[in-house]
Formats: sequence, C-alpha cells, structure tokens
Amino acid sequence: MIRIGIDVGGTNTDAVLMDGKTVVAGVKAPTSPDVMTGVVQALRDVLAAAKTTADKVDVVMIGTTHFTNAVVQRRDLAPVAAVRLCLPATASLPPMVDWPEDLREVLGNHWYLAHGGNEFDGRVISKLDEAELLGIADDIRAKGIKSVAITSVFSPVSSEFEKQAGEILARALPDTHITLSADIGRIGLLERENAAIMNACLRDLSRHVVEAFRGALADVGFTGRFYLTQNDGTLMDAAFAERFPVLTFASGPTNSMRGAAFLSGVADAIVVDIGGTTSDVGSLQKGFPRQATVAVEVGGVRTNFRMPDVFSIGLGGGSLVVDGPDGVTVGPRSVGYRIVTEALLFGGTTLTTSDIIVADGGADLGDKAKVAHLDPALIRRTRDRIAFMLEDCVERARISAEPLPVIVVGGGSILVEGPIAGLELILPNHFAVANAVGAAIAQVSGEVDRVYALAEMTRDAALDDAKRQATDAAVAAGARRETVEIVDVEDVPLAYLPGNATRVRVKAVGELHVG
Amino acid sequence: MSDDGSWPLLEADLLPLSIGAALLGTGGGGNPYVGMLRSRELLRKGATVRILPLDALPDDALIGEVGGIGAPVVSVEKIEEGGECYRAMRAVEEVLGIRMAALISAEIGGANSMEPVIAAAQAGLPVIDGDGMGRAFPEVQMTTFFIYGAKASPAAIADDKGNVVVFRHVKDMYWLERFARDTSVAMGAAAGLAIAPMRMDFVRRTAIPGTVTQALTIGRAVQDARAKRQNVVERVCAATGATLFFTGKITDIRRELKGGFSRGEAKIVGLGDWQGSEGRIAIQNENLVLWVDGVPVIMVPDLIINLDLETGEPITTEILRYGQRVAVIGLPVHDLMKTPEAMAVVGPQAFGYPDLTFTPLAFGPVSA
Repeated sequence: MIRIGIDVGGTNTDAVLMDGKTVVAGVKAPTSPDVMTGVVQALRDVLAAAKTTADKVDVVMIGTTHFTNAVVQRRDLAPVAAVRLCLPATASLPPMVDWPEDLREVLGNHWYLAHGGNEFDGRVISKLDEAELLGIADDIRAKGIKSVAITSVFSPVSSEFEKQAGEILARALPDTHITLSADIGRIGLLERENAAIMNACLRDLSRHVVEAFRGALADVGFTGRFYLTQNDGTLMDAAFAERFPVLTFASGPTNSMRGAAFLSGVADAIVVDIGGTTSDVGSLQKGFPRQATVAVEVGGVRTNFRMPDVFSIGLGGGSLVVDGPDGVTVGPRSVGYRIVTEALLFGGTTLTTSDIIVADGGADLGDKAKVAHLDPALIRRTRDRIAFMLEDCVERARISAEPLPVIVVGGGSILVEGPIAGLELILPNHFAVANAVGAAIAQVSGEVDRVYALAEMTRDAALDDAKRQATDAAVAAGARRETVEIVDVEDVPLAYLPGNATRVRVKAVGELHVG
Repeated sequence: MSDDGSWPLLEADLLPLSIGAALLGTGGGGNPYVGMLRSRELLRKGATVRILPLDALPDDALIGEVGGIGAPVVSVEKIEEGGECYRAMRAVEEVLGIRMAALISAEIGGANSMEPVIAAAQAGLPVIDGDGMGRAFPEVQMTTFFIYGAKASPAAIADDKGNVVVFRHVKDMYWLERFARDTSVAMGAAAGLAIAPMRMDFVRRTAIPGTVTQALTIGRAVQDARAKRQNVVERVCAATGATLFFTGKITDIRRELKGGFSRGEAKIVGLGDWQGSEGRIAIQNENLVLWVDGVPVIMVPDLIINLDLETGEPITTEILRYGQRVAVIGLPVHDLMKTPEAMAVVGPQAFGYPDLTFTPLAFGPVSA
C-alpha cells in the first residue's frame, strides 16, 4: 500500500510517501496563508521526490496542528455563545470560569445559564424553556455571534435537551454553527463544556481548513480516501473532522511521537518536537505516547479527552525574539508561516529565533548577510534563553531520574545546540518530517456505543460482546485483525431504565491493512 | 498567624489544600477541584476565611458541621447551585434559635474539605483545623463526632432548587444517614447537609486534629516534589508515613450507582516489583479493601490511596480508568478511628466484610 502522510504545522507543511513500512521520500514546504498552496506544494514535491504520481497513492492521512495553534496563540478564533442547560444547579461556577482570562476575552466571555439539564438518573432538573432560549437567541443575534456551544447537565446520560435546544437555536439563528457537548465529551461538566466551547470557536476555521485540504488533493489529482488524524492517533474522515475540529487537538504530538519511535527504533524516550511556533514535549513508553491520566490542559483550558501527556511551550523556529529591559524573551508569538517573508534572514523586519541561530552559524538558511549585524551578546543571551526553555520542558516531561534519551524531531530542531539537561540526544533520519510519518502510520479505530440490559446477560458477557463488535468495526474500517487492540472501555449504568441497563462504550484500534 | 494561632486561608493555599484533600479522600469524597474553584471565586470576590486551631474558642462555643452528601460521580457533573450547605446550616440555626461560632468539616478527604470553607465564606465564619474522619467515608454516621456521642438532630439538607428539609427529631445517626441519604437521592444525589451544633469542648476531644494543616502540608509536598523532579509517590510516603503496597495497571473497572453510592471494584495487573501479581480494590465511594493475590493487605478504616504511578496525582474512583498505571499506598488512620466504638461504625464488618478482621497498618518513617 502506498500512502502519503501530511503534517500541516503553523510554519511548515511536511509530507512523506511510504511504501509499506519504508519511507520513500520526505519533503517540507512552507505553510501558506490559504493552507492549500502549501499542501499542494508539499504533495507535488513528495510525489516528484518519490518519482510517482497521485493515481498510484492509495490513501492520504493528514495531521494538522492548525486548531491547537489557533487556541494556543488565540488567533482565528470565532466568538462563542456558551449556553448551559442547568438552572438552578451549577450556578456557582459559570462557563469558562477556569479559563485563562485572555482566551476568555478573545471568545467574548458570552455565556448564558438556562433551564434544563438532567439528574444522574435521567430525571429533569428543570424543564427546557423555549421562550428563555429564544431570548438568548435574540441576544446572540444582537451580538453577531455565529457559533454556539450547548452543554446540558448529564447530557452523556440523556442528550435530549441538548438536541432540543440545538434545534430551537438553529431555527432562530439559521446561519449559526451549533456544537453539542454530548457529541464530544464524557461526564465531567466543566471539562466537557470547555471542549464544546473550544470546538465552537474553531468551526469557521475548520470549514476553511478542511475545504482547503479537499481542494489541494483534487488539485494534484488524488481521488482516493483521505483522513485527518485525531488526538488518540487514529483517523477520522474529512466531513467528521470539519464538524469536530477539537478532536484534532494533540494529534500533532501523537503523530510526532509515534513517528519519532518509528524512525529512531527507540521505544522509551523523551520526545521534543520543535516546530515553527511551538515545541511539544512528551514521553514515549514502549513506542506509544504516555497517556495523561488526569485532566489535560490545552492552551490553559482543562479538558477530559484521552490524550497524550504532552505539553506545549511557545518556542519554535519562527518565535519572536524581543530584547527588553528584563532580558530576552522568546515567543510565544511567532511569525509562523510568514517566516519566509518576515524573518530578517529572508529580508523581513522581525527578529526570530531562526535569525539568531543562522547568525551564530547554527544553520544555513536564507541570506546570512542580513543577520550579520546582530550583536553577539544578544545572540548568546537568546541561545541561553532557548537552552533554558528546552531544559525546563524536558525536566518537566521527565517522570523519574532515569536517564532516558531525548529524541528531537521537527523542523525547528536547529534551535538545539547540544545535549539537553545532560541527556543523550537522538536526531533520527527524516527527523524533520516525523509528524508526517506519524500521520502516515496512524491507526484506524472501531467504536461501539450501545445499551445492554444486564438483567439478561452478565456484565462480562456484555463487555465481551462490545469488544468483539468494536474489533469487527475496526477491521471493517481497514484494520488488520491481528493488530487490533482494545484501548478504551467505559460502562455507565443508566439507573433510571429498567432491566439494569448499562451504556457500554468500547474503542478498538489497529494498523491500517497494508498490501 | 495571629495570637490565637489562627491564620487566613489564602487563594494560594487552595490548590495545595485540594491536592492534599484529594489524597486523603482515599479515592472518594468527591474531587475537590470544583470546590476549590468555588472557594476561589468567593475569595476573589472579597470573602475571607480564617482557620482556627482546636484550642482557639471557649468551651461553650457552638460549632456547626457541614458537608456535601451524594455520589462523587454526580459532583463533577451537577455542580452545586452554590448555597446548599449555607442554607442547610442557617436552617439548623433557625430551628434552635442559635448562631454558630465556627464551622468544621465532617470529612477532610475530597470535596468536603472545601464545603465548610465555602459556607464559612458566605456566612463570615471561621473554620476549625480538624475534621470528623481524617479521611473520607461514604456515610454520615462515620465521623468521630457521631462515634463519640454527638446528637443527630436537628439536621438539615438543602438542594440546588431551594428545597430545605429539616430532620427535627432523629433517633440516632444511622437514622439520620438513612433519611439524609434517601433525601439526597431524591435531590439528585448532590445536596448540602448541616448537623446539630456541637460544643467546642466536645469538638476538642473528638475531632481528628490539625487535618486542614495536614492536607495543606501534603499538597505542598506534592507540589514541591514535582517542582524538584522527585518521585512524588515516595515523597508522599515520606511526608505522611504511608507505605507502598502495590503498583500496576488497571485492567477492569466496574462501577454502579446503588442507593446513592458509587459501588464497584477495580482490577489491577501488577507491574515492577508486583509483576505477576493481581491486585483488587473494593470501592464504595472510597477504596475499602486492597487484596493482593487474594490476600487482604489494607482494609478500612486505614487509608488506601491510588496515585498515578508517574505523576503522583491522586486518582479518585470516578476518574479511575482502564489502562491507568497506579501506585497503591496505605496510610494508618488516626487512633480515634481504631477504638472498639469506632470499629463498630467504620471497621470492615460495618462495610459488609464479616470475614475480615481489621489489622492496623503501622506508620512508616516520616521525614520532611
């Protein structure tokens, strides 16, 4: 099977072409403002480098950090109206209460507590009030908000109120995106609501981005299957991804870590993926990213996704360097894809980390003469600052004193001057395109989510049945049966239904069938 | 700290207090994160709360005991309206025509570490440095206050909707548990409970002393260990005298909501020193018994605490998930919980394990 893995970062778009388990070619192209030009360029380049054509390619997998970067940088985010169906419960903590203030301001801090919501057993906290919701719709319309996130208390048990409120608001606000929390998260009101609100603020961007991917692939003549990678390292189809951009969160780190393990052959390590805008740091255990056990923060916001235990810092090849009275600051702002016009070494006027590295002889990029004037003392202080930031994040990712190697991948690897925190440094082949490799080897999943009446069968029999169905679904989606593993099992008793009803959710993943 | 040894609870204390309280929750007591946020909102709006040592108030001062009652899995989803415990406490005051001088936590473990802080912030009262459990327990009668003779009524329970039910005359603490439990389930398995005030001299004698400070100390040790890249599990053991009993990966977690409790069982396959062994933990809101290869090694009322194997984060039973890697540590409970009177209420028999005889854990070495 011939597959192409693409990784769209804030700065570069990487592509690899793989034949089975062999990386045939890997290329980098600058990410373009319209996304599409960069993807088309990367696709053309990788096909040319592999001396093949698009019609020979079976499948394309795309990983994108667009949506995570948008939240981390507070850019391209749409104002959101957060509607919670709950009253009088939950009034002590309004939506976004635990968000960083700047992000809350970017989204407008528009929230509404309304009647609705369920008790744990499905009873109603209070009835949905259509007039109240229409009043909220008027306010949303008056404010010009085009995206709404609806969260109802206990919607994972009963999503009826979210659906009804969604229909009422959709009728009143015809050209508005509606995100329902039950479609995204599990029990844990604040975390699920946070995820729904973040999804809502990304809906404009997601339509733009997915459309661009579709166009780019058509442009090079590719007509086969195309997928986006999600946070657990598995694939989702494009239409689904457009509706649920939040599910791509942390897919970049998952891809780069799986790619780093694949390329280096090292299964236990700390992985530092340095892009143009951010560095993601996480730890690799037996070839897979360590999963976070507790709430994971994205851009400072708590979520309850099952995600790799990775954190991002605003350090990359395009990070802004500012020399101020309190010393040098690096990032979190970045010129991103505009590095090719805005960085000094490409004739721009913005001082970036790449300018510093090139001026110091650490890399050969752009026009060296344009950074020759930089003060050596500033260069030294900036490099020390970068080294401090890297050491700090590697130390944070270390979970024991054990001296694990550090695998550095990503296009921003030029920022690394030498061993970090005194640990062995590994730069694998194709290190610059590890994300794209990770996307190309992403797995397929099968999921079952159904209610079993445990009065008629034992719980073990129900779980076995669900696991078998999930495995079959993964195989049907293209997984090789012998590689399928059960990665998530969750059962929620529905105490209000007769027959000891239990909702069982099982997810199975496996390697995409090759050959 | 002032002359009477009291100190103001600051916003910066709330996070370490919640970490320590989650750990002392022995898997239950509800996740204190929500309570931490609620306390923070109140402090940010200008409320103040002082923590008083057990010897600060005169013998005849009246101390109110408040706490949330319900299922932990509900508490992370149906967040409080906000005034539940406050309304319940005012109802008890109203019935007796008295005013409380301070509040005390029924249980320091989990979310109920925060409920008295929240009600105190709303009422302008101080909070006593101590509690009735030194950990978390699933039922109302399982406090040292009740074990050593506190009155069960009047008590009041309040919900999010403005309902307040007063239990004017209740025969004993078991009846209070039964009525309050049933009422809390009717209220959506999340409600605020306030119990008849106790005299300060009684509280001095029967409270588990210094547990607000203890939770704060544990939380700060966890934060410090993380900042210094130390092994958090080892550091927690060193700070408390707890012992590591098992490490492994969760392979099954069974949960059900029954009579307002989360009941269940977790299976753990051993890792590291426990490779080849199987652990099993029984849960009723809290971790009750740890068996290793079929042998009970820690049992209630001693504390069974699951920590994330790598980060040392306490893992409450409602976020326990398939695939998590955990360290199970055991911490001896306070001596007030080991007397024959206490055993009758919180020993293994009281939790439905007639075959288990409580074998107390010994403290390990304690160091800073």
